[in-house]
Amino acid sequence: MAETVFFYIFTSLMIAAALLVVFHRQPVYSVLSLLVVMFCLASLFVMLGAYFVAALQILLYAGAVLVLFLFVIMLLNLAPEALARMRIFTLRTIGTTAALVLLCILWTIVRASGERLSLSNAAPADGTVESIGRLLFTAYLLPFELVSFIILAAIVGAVTLAKQEKR
Amino acid sequence: MITLTHYLMASALLFCIGLIGILIRRNVLMILLCIELMFNAANFAFIAYARALGDLGGQIIVFFTIIVAAAEVTVGLAIAILLSRQVKTLNADEVDLLKW
Repeated sequence: MAETVFFYIFTSLMIAAALLVVFHRQPVYSVLSLLVVMFCLASLFVMLGAYFVAALQILLYAGAVLVLFLFVIMLLNLAPEALARMRIFTLRTIGTTAALVLLCILWTIVRASGERLSLSNAAPADGTVESIGRLLFTAYLLPFELVSFIILAAIVGAVTLAKQEKR
Repeated sequence: MITLTHYLMASALLFCIGLIGILIRRNVLMILLCIELMFNAANFAFIAYARALGDLGGQIIVFFTIIVAAAEVTVGLAIAILLSRQVKTLNADEVDLLKW
């Protein structure tokens, strides 16, 4: 029953923090609530046996990506009223309705298809560093090498964009 | 008893919150932040299925997704800095350079 308790604690905290990300007016607080979402998600990953991915989640997302976000928000130093504005009311209503319809559709699909798979009788696949690394360098070697090209392209793109043009 | 359905429902809820954020907010930085939220919801579903099917492939896909998201954020934030420097706005509705 410990799993049930921890699932509901972490999920409710995660959803509350996600709502705060979307609806908070100050972007710095939004980034910090996204940090809470990341940590709750990492603990849920640990509950599902994905230890290595949980560590990556904290190291890469919370450690690198969100710090980059905070850095840029503080660098730009925007006026508060420019940040808080949302879209006009009709667009906002249409967007929220569309997302809620999608949520209903997704829940119906999940409810219809997810019953056949239960977590208790499945063979636990522990995502330790050893098992993930072994798979990564045998079956998934080509995607692993290709992903380095994406990172190279991102580095070159960021440097090119950030370079000051000479007049 | 927590089943796969519970995890997938939480993932769908997180995804739709991110979608609402993208449709509601106008600031480019907030839209990028909400895209991260949706990435994480997809990762969550992958991990849940990896556990339910007893297959590590789902966790490997999450590994790749995290790397691609990091690359996307790097370029996206560089574009946001350029927007505020040259167009002097971060409002997504006012950036219509590609429209005509």
